[in-house]
Amino acid sequence: MQTKKLSTLACAAAFAMLSGAANAQISGNTVKVGVLTDMSGTYSDLAGAGAVLATQMAIEDFIAEAKPAFKVEMVSADHQNKADIASNKAREWFEREGVDAATELVTTSTALAVMKVAKEMNRITLMSGPGSTPITNEQCTDLAVHYTYDTYALANGTAKAVTQQGGDTWFFLTADYAFGQALERDSSAVVTANGGKVLGSVRHPFPASDFSSFLLQAQASGAKIIGLANAGADTTNAIKQAAEFGITPKQALAGLLMFISDVHSLGLQSTQGMYLTTGFYWDLNDETRAWSKRFFEKHKRMPTMVQAGQYSSVMHYLRAVKAAGTDDAAKVMAQMKATPINDFFAKNGRIRDDGRMIHDMYLAQVKKPEESKYPWDYYHIRQTIPADEAFLPLSQSKCPLVKK
Amino acid sequence: MNNKDSMFARAMPILFGALFLIGLVAPFAVYPTFLMKVLCFGLFACAFNLLLGFAGLLSFGHAAFLGSAGYVCGMLVRDLGLTPELGILGGTLAAAALGWVFGVLAIRRTGIYFAMITLALSQMVYFIVLQWKATGGEDGLQGVPRGHLFGVIDLSNNIAMYYLVFAVFCIGFFIIYRAINSPFGQILKAIRENEPRAVSLGYDVAKFKLLAFVLSAALAGTAGATKTLVFQLASLTDVHWHMSGEVVLMTLLGGLGTVLGPLVGAATIVSLQTELADSVGSWVTVIMGVIFVICVLLFRRGIVGELQALIQRAGIR
Amino acid sequence: MEIFGVPSALLGSQLLVGLINGSFYAILSLGLAIIFGLLNIINFSHGAQYMMGAFVAWIALNKLGINYWVALLFAPLVIGALGVVIERTMLRKLYKLDHLYGLLLTFGLALIFEGIFRDQYGISGQSYPVPELLQGGVNLGFMFLPIYRGWVVVAALTVCFATWFIIEKTKLGAYLRAGTENPQMVQALGINVPLLITFTYGFGVALAAFAGVLAAPVYQVSPLMGSNLIIVVFAVVVIGGMGSIMGSILTGIGLGLIEGLTRVFYPEASAVVVFVIMVIVLLVRPAGLFGKA
Repeated sequence: MQTKKLSTLACAAAFAMLSGAANAQISGNTVKVGVLTDMSGTYSDLAGAGAVLATQMAIEDFIAEAKPAFKVEMVSADHQNKADIASNKAREWFEREGVDAATELVTTSTALAVMKVAKEMNRITLMSGPGSTPITNEQCTDLAVHYTYDTYALANGTAKAVTQQGGDTWFFLTADYAFGQALERDSSAVVTANGGKVLGSVRHPFPASDFSSFLLQAQASGAKIIGLANAGADTTNAIKQAAEFGITPKQALAGLLMFISDVHSLGLQSTQGMYLTTGFYWDLNDETRAWSKRFFEKHKRMPTMVQAGQYSSVMHYLRAVKAAGTDDAAKVMAQMKATPINDFFAKNGRIRDDGRMIHDMYLAQVKKPEESKYPWDYYHIRQTIPADEAFLPLSQSKCPLVKK
Repeated sequence: MNNKDSMFARAMPILFGALFLIGLVAPFAVYPTFLMKVLCFGLFACAFNLLLGFAGLLSFGHAAFLGSAGYVCGMLVRDLGLTPELGILGGTLAAAALGWVFGVLAIRRTGIYFAMITLALSQMVYFIVLQWKATGGEDGLQGVPRGHLFGVIDLSNNIAMYYLVFAVFCIGFFIIYRAINSPFGQILKAIRENEPRAVSLGYDVAKFKLLAFVLSAALAGTAGATKTLVFQLASLTDVHWHMSGEVVLMTLLGGLGTVLGPLVGAATIVSLQTELADSVGSWVTVIMGVIFVICVLLFRRGIVGELQALIQRAGIR
Repeated sequence: MEIFGVPSALLGSQLLVGLINGSFYAILSLGLAIIFGLLNIINFSHGAQYMMGAFVAWIALNKLGINYWVALLFAPLVIGALGVVIERTMLRKLYKLDHLYGLLLTFGLALIFEGIFRDQYGISGQSYPVPELLQGGVNLGFMFLPIYRGWVVVAALTVCFATWFIIEKTKLGAYLRAGTENPQMVQALGINVPLLITFTYGFGVALAAFAGVLAAPVYQVSPLMGSNLIIVVFAVVVIGGMGSIMGSILTGIGLGLIEGLTRVFYPEASAVVVFVIMVIVLLVRPAGLFGKA
């Protein structure tokens, strides 16, 4: 008892000293946020320039709201979905430009690479775009936050809902690389756990343009549901071609990772009725609408969940820097983990020990063309998946940081 | 003509000496990681140039050597815990072996056929790297430790790493330089200029070409293995056919068949990519394309080639 | 009924899909073969020109209200005209040099075209609707064939064989072939050979654009749609025998079928089977299946 009290006192004293010397603790009196994203490739529509814009908005809003004594700057770069470019750029940012946090990082491979560099150099990584669960499992670090979604949450939302509604036999169309495989693995587990059956899967090259033959195999399997364990252009192509071959609507498609930008690009005619899991929908409530309309005015497109999550994560980070009075990675991370997230993006979100930010996810169904009343009116929100159920429970985590 | 050649021959050691000194002090003035990248790609382009510039063979599959050596080195160092110098050696040997296979298959054809076959073979390597679990597929081979050179010198220090890369580059460059200026190099040039004549002179043309190909592949592999250590990862980018195109661009821009051209070309392209990536985004591809077109149309001698021509003209006057 | 443990319906449908893809290979490799035959240039920008064909159709539909059928003619004309400009201003300067410079120049052009469209239209692809007349499908028993895909096969093969006929059986084609063999002689006969060459390049490129329009409703119209395809088509041309018209058509279709089979038995290899075949063919017949050694 005695020692505990003492240490609490020591902590309090240390904290007091820290806050006293607040601004002196921020290197160069500048907090620098780096946005490393896909500006020109397969994922540039769902992250890309929109994610950079979201970061700018977050910084502007933070300065207006908090009037910090330190400066906040942003740098951005195109990682072209390549792990090598991402890791080189991050290294350069950390070594030469004093960047405090590398953010966004769509595409798992780039995220994993940058996390390692950041850990080595004692900087923070905030990931909104990438999806694979290893980020907060086998490869987790104590300075990284996986913010918006992951393959477990997607499977747990979409695959579960579809299976429970009678879609109990599945065939997977999987992009043949780590992310697609993770998505297939997580989804298969959910399907089986809910009493469904996986009849088979076919792995297609990444990226692919012609899916007809893979779709025909899916058709031959007789499965009720064809699960699309891929993303971006691969998903949109597969959906389009399924309609052409008369596979839909006889068999239903489940897009395991769909963004509103994909729906926008395909049109409601070919996506209507599909279920998808999302961490954010612009038309959810007044708060989301207010922010999204500001975003829309500048970007001419509604935000994807990655872009909205990017804003939220940067804002959370900057507030934590101010509260901690330092840009020291470990201290800011402690502050971020100690503070719940409450904004338009997440309600009562929090960051777990493994770096997973947990928040409510939404199961959405794409509207029929005649149900869409105004531009970007695309989703019915069918279900809210509470934060605690949406993500992989800590008890199953393989992250060494999780104390069991 | 002879006079001029000897003038070049006399100037060369001075130029190399100066460059060597610059190389020694450079990491204190310029960002070391950038320099290491330039040196790795410089060696890659020099190795490529040995084949195209001196033997007249356009390989459109050199990425396969750069990349596979990088993966082999990464696996040796990361998964088997070997020291970095053994990793580089292993990568080089792997690339040489692969080069031999490519060479045997492709060497019978020339010109465009040769380019197409090497391209197809490198696509197969790409496929294997993508499919094989040990390579990490799309994620690449991540988290390769730089380790301790000879088990002693800690390479996680950027300056130490730089000097290793610099040493590797110098050795590789020296090998290429000697090869070009040896009887072997003369025979390659003879084959490039007039293959039937080389045959009639009794040379086993296929053997010489194959040797050049294996040497080029091996050194490209050295570059790839070293690059993996610098950046601590090997990725699909290094085996993709775009990389094969990029090395052509570097060599062409710097000066085909010149000794220093590929290094200059690599330095230019790497700096352009580094500088432009932030400011112009997707226009990088366009700018690369424009450079390509300009080089081919107006500037076929490349930077170093044009400079040499300029000096020669001045010498004549 | 099963063949090697695969339901025959699946096998049949995969072969049909292979035929459809083969039609695209055929028409693209035909264009490459023609250009190579007369200009001795490997047109690396062929994939980019195919992509631009699709984009011209898309832009025409969305900005100018030009429908599919007109675009089928309009896009090849636009891209063909662009090809004429490229030939007149750039390629012309390279004929005296090594063939490799032509390959490198067109590689650079491909980068430029793809970069520009990528900057303008992003990457995730624009959709192009199937023309009303060709919507829907027919049930063939073993599969549901979208009418549009059937139309692709018919249209592509018609154009391929018409081209073959013009080159092999008409006077114009005779000039073309003679121009390949002996330009001076043909020039002496009073034929404008440079013009013939310009026209040929324009025509080869127009074929690529035509394939692009055909592809627009099948695939997403995206800036990189040609970049991966072109490597496969190269392999097709090499296998068929560089410059052989009929060789490129037949090889294109044949490889489409083989790719279809691979997708049944070992899907992961479907991206690479073409290259394996190419290596084997070159080892056995270095000049390609239909090439003159």
